[in-house]
Amino acid sequence: MTELHIPGLALVALVGVSGSGKSTFAARAFAPYEVLSSDYCRALVSGDENDQAATNDAFDVLYYIAGKRLDRGLLTVVDATNTSKEARAGLVKLARDHDVLPVAIVLDVPTEVAIERNRSRADRAFGDGPIRRQASQLRTSLRGLGREGFRTVHVLSDPAEVEDASIVRDRLLNDYRDQHGPFDIIGDVHGCLDELLQLLGRLGYAVQFDNSGHAVDAEHPDGRRVVFVGDLVDRGPATVGVLRLAMGMTAAGHALAVPGNHEAKLIRALDGRDVQVSHGLESTLAELADEPEEFRVAVREWCRGLVSHLVLDDGRLVVAHAGLKEAYHGRASGRVRSFALYGDTTGETDEYGLPVRYPWAEEYRGRATVVYGHTPTPTLEWVNNTLCLDTGCVFGGRLSALRYPERETVAVDALAVHYQPAKPFPVASAQRGEDELRLDDVVGKRVIETSAMGRVTITAENAAGALEVMSRFALHPRLVPYLPPTMSPVATSGRDGYLEHPDEAFSQFAEWGIEQVVCEEKHMGSRAVVYLTPDGGSVYTRTGRAFFAPELTATLLSRIQDAVCAAGLLDELGTDRLLLDAELLPWSAKAGPLLREHYAPVGAAALMALPAAVEALTAAEARGVEVGALLARTTARLENARAYDAAWQRYVWPTEGLDGVQLAVFQVLAAAGASFSDRDHDWHLGIADRLVAADPGLFRTTRRQHVATADAASRAAGVQWWQELTGAGGEGMVVKPLANLARTARGHLCQPGLKVRGREYLRIIYGPDYTESANLTRLRDRNLGRKRSLALREYALGLEAIDRLVAGEPLWRLHEAVFGVLALESEPVDPRL
Amino acid sequence: MGSVLLTVSLSGPDAQALGHLLHKHPDRVQTFELPVGTATVFYPESTAERVTAALLLEVDPIGMVKRRLKSRDGATLTDYVTDRPYAASSMLAVALGRVFNTALNGRSDSFPELAASPLPLRIRIPAVPVRPAGRDQLAGAALVRGLFEPLGWTVAAHTTPFGPDGSWGEAPYVDLTLTGSVRLADALSQVYVLLPVLDNAKHYWVGTDEVTKLVRRGEGWLADHPLRELIVRRYLVSRPDYVEDATLRLTALDDVPVDEPDDAADEEAPAPLKVQRLETVLDVVHQVGARRVVDLGCGEGHYLRALLADPTITEVVGVDVSARALARAERRLNLDRLSDHQRARITLRQSSVTYRDDQLAGFDAILLIEVVEHLEPDRIASLEAGVFGAARPGHVIVTTPNRDYNPVYGLADGDLRHPDHRFEWTRAEFAAWADGVASGYGYRVEFRPVGEVDPDAGPPTQLALFSREGP
Repeated sequence: MTELHIPGLALVALVGVSGSGKSTFAARAFAPYEVLSSDYCRALVSGDENDQAATNDAFDVLYYIAGKRLDRGLLTVVDATNTSKEARAGLVKLARDHDVLPVAIVLDVPTEVAIERNRSRADRAFGDGPIRRQASQLRTSLRGLGREGFRTVHVLSDPAEVEDASIVRDRLLNDYRDQHGPFDIIGDVHGCLDELLQLLGRLGYAVQFDNSGHAVDAEHPDGRRVVFVGDLVDRGPATVGVLRLAMGMTAAGHALAVPGNHEAKLIRALDGRDVQVSHGLESTLAELADEPEEFRVAVREWCRGLVSHLVLDDGRLVVAHAGLKEAYHGRASGRVRSFALYGDTTGETDEYGLPVRYPWAEEYRGRATVVYGHTPTPTLEWVNNTLCLDTGCVFGGRLSALRYPERETVAVDALAVHYQPAKPFPVASAQRGEDELRLDDVVGKRVIETSAMGRVTITAENAAGALEVMSRFALHPRLVPYLPPTMSPVATSGRDGYLEHPDEAFSQFAEWGIEQVVCEEKHMGSRAVVYLTPDGGSVYTRTGRAFFAPELTATLLSRIQDAVCAAGLLDELGTDRLLLDAELLPWSAKAGPLLREHYAPVGAAALMALPAAVEALTAAEARGVEVGALLARTTARLENARAYDAAWQRYVWPTEGLDGVQLAVFQVLAAAGASFSDRDHDWHLGIADRLVAADPGLFRTTRRQHVATADAASRAAGVQWWQELTGAGGEGMVVKPLANLARTARGHLCQPGLKVRGREYLRIIYGPDYTESANLTRLRDRNLGRKRSLALREYALGLEAIDRLVAGEPLWRLHEAVFGVLALESEPVDPRL
Repeated sequence: MGSVLLTVSLSGPDAQALGHLLHKHPDRVQTFELPVGTATVFYPESTAERVTAALLLEVDPIGMVKRRLKSRDGATLTDYVTDRPYAASSMLAVALGRVFNTALNGRSDSFPELAASPLPLRIRIPAVPVRPAGRDQLAGAALVRGLFEPLGWTVAAHTTPFGPDGSWGEAPYVDLTLTGSVRLADALSQVYVLLPVLDNAKHYWVGTDEVTKLVRRGEGWLADHPLRELIVRRYLVSRPDYVEDATLRLTALDDVPVDEPDDAADEEAPAPLKVQRLETVLDVVHQVGARRVVDLGCGEGHYLRALLADPTITEVVGVDVSARALARAERRLNLDRLSDHQRARITLRQSSVTYRDDQLAGFDAILLIEVVEHLEPDRIASLEAGVFGAARPGHVIVTTPNRDYNPVYGLADGDLRHPDHRFEWTRAEFAAWADGVASGYGYRVEFRPVGEVDPDAGPPTQLALFSREGP
């Protein structure tokens, strides 16, 4: 049994004449979709596997598919003769373009066997000539495959061997996905041994010394491991000491390391190659000169053995000396190594003669956290989920480490300026591009991964609809870290005179397995999000528009800030910022024009027209004309119109500046580093109550009632409570699972709330006469499915936005989820729901 | 359901003839099922001195929404709660036309002489919409009087207080009573035509036969009406081609010399400035020799059309944030009818100036015509980074209103030219911004006036031409 070792991610070229058994071998040795056959592609484009005229088109298809698979990190096998050098060169190029390793497996069976096999196949009537030609091509190229660029070449030289061979897939050298840490990633050490020992101590490692007093290992009691980002050597006072420790730690399994550009240069120097001895290499070579030869050999071997980047923790963490763009994660090619060692240089040099580096991190959109060093920066700053740990220790800065997965940084100050930098350090922080949002971050069909309900798809049409609103009317995305989800009404009630009733809400939650719910008063205002930050913040609507002009917003925010401080919330939650979910009253503060130009005129017209109609009909009836039924209908309409006119007026009260404006907070969405979707609503409302106590003029309380969904008496009390609330002119209530974020009995994400709107309020929505039984019958035929589904998806996206905000993720990640909510809102659903 | 009412009263010795003239018996109740709802005719009053007929139209708003949904891509909340069931609108006019068709045509077999003579009539419509519309100064009771008084009516138009405790002034409806000595057919025709005119925007049954109807119902009174132009235009709601057609036919009908309707009023800026701006921008595009040009914020494609017509421009990209605007641009430019060669020169693309769009990199020029002032000030940095930092075209041409010039338009201090403008820059502010952007992103900038320059206030529109220096 021959085992053929190939890298787990590779482009495998099968090489062999027609009839050498490639397809049979491929079908046995690889999974079905891994193999792309040129014959099959020929058939795809022409309908005939053997149509040689279709060969060019067939290979276009094959290359296209192979490219897509390699982009996605999938091993791909090309089943074609590949006997010509040109054909193989194309495959080597394809592999390099996708930064995977090219592999050749040659099926070098005797030509006569192949000819015999072809003769027995009716569909291959091309005779022996082509096969002999292929065989001769193959023979001349067999020895040069390595030079052509194939990193692994296997030759199977007789049919029995082909039949016997099996494929063994080797892990790529950079593939440490099964290593989950926890890790302590340490920035560029550059021979600063004392600082390194201090830092290891700070991180909790116990350093071990050998008999001569050299530090040779360090171990963490919790099994944590160090990852060095490279550039251990050069410039600093104790390169040998640092190497000895790092080599000891990696040998003991207490550390991993990637090479830096300084290690790469050191290898070449130790190999005796002609390198410029500068940038600190001189001190390393001087130190090494005092060490025994075997130490120098060990250093060289150790440096050689380092892999240019490591993919760790199921792909969630990537460490490379100069960083790595996403397309290169887990790939192997010359340019991947070069990027990892030297970064993405623009080819220019700056005024100090140093290469100008392309700011790849600003464009980084990958999911993996990338940790790197290489470029000294004065402060540690996350840029799009990447972190540079080189804080210039050797230049008198600091030596920094990142604790992963905690994402905490630990640093020690340099004990001295060990080396004068080529350009002044610290340099001013470069202009950050993290705020920059790209069109590709939001448009087109998008699939957003949410922790609450998995993938949520945004269609291109919906995204297009949201783009205009987001660009033209919403506040700056920085000020809109969250948008609230839409809320579904309760299932339609069959009860006489009602379209919505609390019983359906209680039953629905009971069916979902939610035993305790809280009924919260639905305020008669507009949904508002308050984002309170140390430098101001924002107060915005459900589409991200500001409620007020900047000056008034600032006044409102400072008043909220005062109340939040007075209530002691910032200290209690250990935060300097808060994201609050609220209702801003009155409705007329936002919807003044709509009320004035639309809702009020309807009432006015009705109350002008209907009394005149009733009067005319009454006069006719008095004359003995048979208009009784029409008079009764019209009189009822007049009553309905009066009720309608009273209903909308409850949403209007005068405001002047902030006078008259009220905020009913009902949920604390987030604070620095924390979200509260797992705190029950009593906790949230308790905080809201403290705000009311702190500033009763601005804050308004949310009345509430607990209901046990399985307890008839409790439900009856809930219904009674709603009747009283709406009977007194209230808009209605929202019924929420008391526990807040909840799952249904079947494990699905539960609706965060169902609204039960009051009978009178619904006149504004469904028209003054909706309560007439003929109208109710028609209106009961309303479809809630779409609204429910939207509400849930928007809820999941909102939670995701909060998670991303709290985790300190880059703006584009936050904005992606927020934009998703707005995009879903643009989907057409019955607006009355 | 709602109820829209109209009553017609005839007094005097011939009062009892009203039933005959209307072809509806005073002691009966008659109902008519119409597409707009159910119409009922009954008589609240019938004495020797006076007879009053009532037409009550019951409109079904739920059915109405269903009809509207068929013709549009979605409904908004306000479609469901409307004044249509109560206010006298084109729907009442339609009902009037159907139910009193014979009387409207002036025919009466039993009383032909009465049908042909002025009679002492009174017409009451309790809720007539009188919202101000467009550029018409006349609104409210004054508009109603302006429409009916020249026809010989005595007009009583009462409105009611409006809003919470009447705090919003007067409601946009009047309770209208017309009293006068008018031929019944004329009276009904006038109501038939003028109700949709008063209702303006909400008249949604405009078809080509509306022109014919207007000509027929306006015969004998419309040609000499002082508000004829307003009546014709509003009756035929924003369909300029119909307006012209109908106006010409009407003037011909009444042997009046043809005079063009006073319809130069483009509701936006005065037309010359638009033309001047386009010409100046095209001059600049030529001067810098740009061949591949992006119009960022292209709207419905005014500039795209001009750029396409210019053979020196090899590639035109129209970009707008509004998908609707792009769809309209596509239609207006007849993209589907262009030759392959022409079609290959133009691309339309939805994008936003506040997001960085890599597809916009590498062009000779990007136009930002009257765009910046539609952005919130805190989003302008994103535009700068996207256009000057990332797309980095050879040239950027920016135009924006000059606030210094606003007093020349008679705008009060602080007033802006368009409700969507977030700000308007003075010349000094614009120059400061442009200089900052130019030096920050490696461009050189020069300024051009657009439109007639006022000695103190400068030009109405200001233009900055940015040219890239270096890579």
